[in-house]
Amino acid sequence: MLSVRALFTEYGTKGAPVKAAQNVAFEVPRGKLFTLLGPSGCGKTTTLRSIAGLEKPTSGEIEIDGRLVYSSAKGIFVAPNKRNFGMVFQSYAIWPHMNVFQNVAFPLEVRRLGKKQIRDKVMQVLHAVALDELVERDATKLSGGQQQRLALARALVMEPQLLLLDEPLSNLDAKLRDRMRFELKRLQRELSLTTVYVTHDQNEALALSHEIAVMNEGKVVQIGTPRAIYERPRDRFVADFVGDTNLIAGTVGALADGRCVVRSALGDISALPAEGVSKDADVVISIRPEDVELCEGEPQRGNDDNVCRGTVTGRDFLGDYMDFHVTVGDLVVLAKAHPSLRTPTGDPIYLKMKAEKCVAIPVSRHPHSKPAPVAADATVRLNK
Amino acid sequence: MSDVLVMAPRPAFAPRLELKTVVIGLCVALVAWLALVPLVFLLWQSFLTPQTASVASRYTLENYWAAYFRSETAELFLNSVEFASGSALLALILGTGLAWMNERTNTPCKALFFALAIIPLVIPGVLFTVSWIMLASPKIGLINLALQKLLHRDTVFLDIYSMAGMIWVDGLHYSPMAFLLMTAAFRSMDPSLEEQAAMSGASMLQTARRITLKLAWPAAVGSLLILFVRAIESFEVPALLGLPVGIHVYTSSIYQAIHQYPSEVGLASAYAVTLLLLTSIGIYAQSRLSQQGSRYATVTGKGFRPRTIDLGRWRYLTAAIFIVYFIVIVLLPFLVLVWSSLQRFYSAPSWQALRRVSLDSYRAVLDYPQFGQTVWNSMVLAVSTAAAIMLLSAVISWIVVRTKLRGRWLLDNIASLPLVFPGLVLGLAIMVCYLTVDIGIYGTLWIMFIAYVTRFLPYGMRYNSSAMLQIHKELEESAAMSGASWSMTFRRVILPLLKPGLLAGFIYVMIVSIRELASSILLYSPGTEVVSIMIWELWQNGQYVELSALGVMLIIALFCLVLLAQLLGRRFGIAEA
Repeated sequence: MLSVRALFTEYGTKGAPVKAAQNVAFEVPRGKLFTLLGPSGCGKTTTLRSIAGLEKPTSGEIEIDGRLVYSSAKGIFVAPNKRNFGMVFQSYAIWPHMNVFQNVAFPLEVRRLGKKQIRDKVMQVLHAVALDELVERDATKLSGGQQQRLALARALVMEPQLLLLDEPLSNLDAKLRDRMRFELKRLQRELSLTTVYVTHDQNEALALSHEIAVMNEGKVVQIGTPRAIYERPRDRFVADFVGDTNLIAGTVGALADGRCVVRSALGDISALPAEGVSKDADVVISIRPEDVELCEGEPQRGNDDNVCRGTVTGRDFLGDYMDFHVTVGDLVVLAKAHPSLRTPTGDPIYLKMKAEKCVAIPVSRHPHSKPAPVAADATVRLNK
Repeated sequence: MSDVLVMAPRPAFAPRLELKTVVIGLCVALVAWLALVPLVFLLWQSFLTPQTASVASRYTLENYWAAYFRSETAELFLNSVEFASGSALLALILGTGLAWMNERTNTPCKALFFALAIIPLVIPGVLFTVSWIMLASPKIGLINLALQKLLHRDTVFLDIYSMAGMIWVDGLHYSPMAFLLMTAAFRSMDPSLEEQAAMSGASMLQTARRITLKLAWPAAVGSLLILFVRAIESFEVPALLGLPVGIHVYTSSIYQAIHQYPSEVGLASAYAVTLLLLTSIGIYAQSRLSQQGSRYATVTGKGFRPRTIDLGRWRYLTAAIFIVYFIVIVLLPFLVLVWSSLQRFYSAPSWQALRRVSLDSYRAVLDYPQFGQTVWNSMVLAVSTAAAIMLLSAVISWIVVRTKLRGRWLLDNIASLPLVFPGLVLGLAIMVCYLTVDIGIYGTLWIMFIAYVTRFLPYGMRYNSSAMLQIHKELEESAAMSGASWSMTFRRVILPLLKPGLLAGFIYVMIVSIRELASSILLYSPGTEVVSIMIWELWQNGQYVELSALGVMLIIALFCLVLLAQLLGRRFGIAEA
């Protein structure tokens, strides 16, 4: 099990130090894949490099299976080459002066294993990543996907205690990325490797991870399973960053039995209160476009449903679904609907939203979003 | 997890002296010793009176008094500046024009231009100067003789022994360097800036004048400063052309002060400090300029070649200019050396002389008693200097480029400091240093080795740093993550990846070491002569034909080395691409 405790990492550039990771803490159980997700510059790569030992943190503790590899309090810093962590870099860092075999054999050679043993282990791992046909190939003559698999093989061959992946799929084209993501997941699950994965791509994070930590401005904002992160964001930033969402500003009127009623531009909305929501607090409601159901006639209202009436002001046909822009009062709500819905622009339409899908998020949680502007412009943010 | 592979962690607090730390420490100490210590001794010596058997030296300001307030002082300073700026301007004008023709126009036979880059490498300054004496001296100059014969007059048409002659030879010799500097500037320019001017309706000349040259302006000023520094440092031309007719500049005055009896090391040091100040100002201004110039940074990184301008019929003129230039800078000097090497006594070409052609002079040179020893000395020095420099600068540039060590900028600056040392000044400083600190290397090859390593360390740094910058940091980090120690990473990953740069740099340093004259001339003793010193001595003895034979052989040898370097560079260039 990997545990990172109260990790701070700063860059000592001239002037004020850049606070790259601040009070980062999480645990990764053995055999699980843990993802650090966030926009560029959020400190996720710094955190990963601190775990690798390539960056020296300012303070904190990093422990793996009971072995401290970094502790500011005890003055421990194990050099990266003594940590036995496998790592796949964003650029893959394939050594151009070695061929496929030599690249993979390197970690074993520096550990002074026998020739025979090296050969067996290298072939085994190359077979696992389906590169065993290209053993003698110059490493520079590999395609992007092959390079990625080679980098992975090199990280795996030393049977690492921990596997670190730094945006390993970001240099591949879309189709290949999907396939490699699938491969990566299969290998990780089969070998049950404890893995830390860094990405800015929410789809990768959602598809691969056992658990995700969403990071912003050097801090971990929320840790949870992919489903929890997506369905119950605790923070405006998380709701906004992971997936598309409608954000509707409002004020909490009543709060009872795991539901709250939010007075908003859509009227009174029954919603699921996130942690920290209290009566009369300013909140934003996050509702995913795919959870906004559209009906041409007035729908049957269930016990826990919110229904309101609007006008279709825009439609985009996207193949497997359609984006509808529905204007309610001053607000534009984005809804994803099946392409069979053909309501023309200008026609009235009904919106139906389950209360459990409407998550009320306290606005003050996020230091940079003051409540005033949200309430003032009172429009719904349409993301991406 | 396999128990074979999981390494037991070191006890975390065990004090350890890592190899990395030791190597870094050694390099810093070595570089500081090489670059700083001679400088200190030079300064110290400049405040001392000459030491004789009866009188011990004492501290004095007389040297500076002599260096600054004698009647000749103003003349010396003005001569130096006139010579240096004249040469730099001539070189820059030639270089810029040629670079523009080569990079921006459709002048025919452009491929030949690239041969230019190697001229200053394969024809050492001393040979270039000597060949121009043979061409344009008032008495024996072939051009004078030919013109006099043609016009039936006795007038001296060209006199190489003059300020104009000095500027001509030195400017010509540095023009290929200006060509390379300006070519780089033109290449890094975004061609769309010029194409935009063409689209806006500007003619070819308007574009060249108002856009191309304006954009190249910072590069031109920077190149001018570099050329100025080079010219004010140059020793061969002022010594061979200026001294005989009493035109003194700083370098030749330093040489004279040492070679008169009793030698005035203090005065020479005072001159050297002054010269050092001038070159430092030049280099400093140049580096400031190149920092500021980043707002002109026009590197786009896009791989397309700029559109060349169609010169129409004018391209025959530019081709002619180019061919004339090629004749003047390569063909004439080389041919005159070949001609004189085939004679028994130096004489102008004629049918009579043609019948006397023989290879005697080559035989004489090869039979020269110290010839074998001299060539051996040159080879040993060249190879060992190149090896030492490339290894040392590989580690230093790794420290500078890769580590976050405090004070690494200082290390970088100290390693580049020898750039401001004129060869003669460095020779003087090292001479003073090891005469004072007697560790038994004065008068051996070691002292020349130290001089060469110091003088050419900046070149090694340049080759290695640029190669190091191209190696992605993650290539090293992934070696560390694979469990490799620092020395293992350096040996197995960094050095192999540096190999193309290392090889090219190695051969380059070898070549400049073989040509080195200005430092060697103050440091050699009987038995430690090198080839360039032998040429110098042959000139002093008036053995022109033997000198020519040796010169021709040296040029051919250097040419082969350059070819080898380019071949290697190309092969590894492709393999790494």
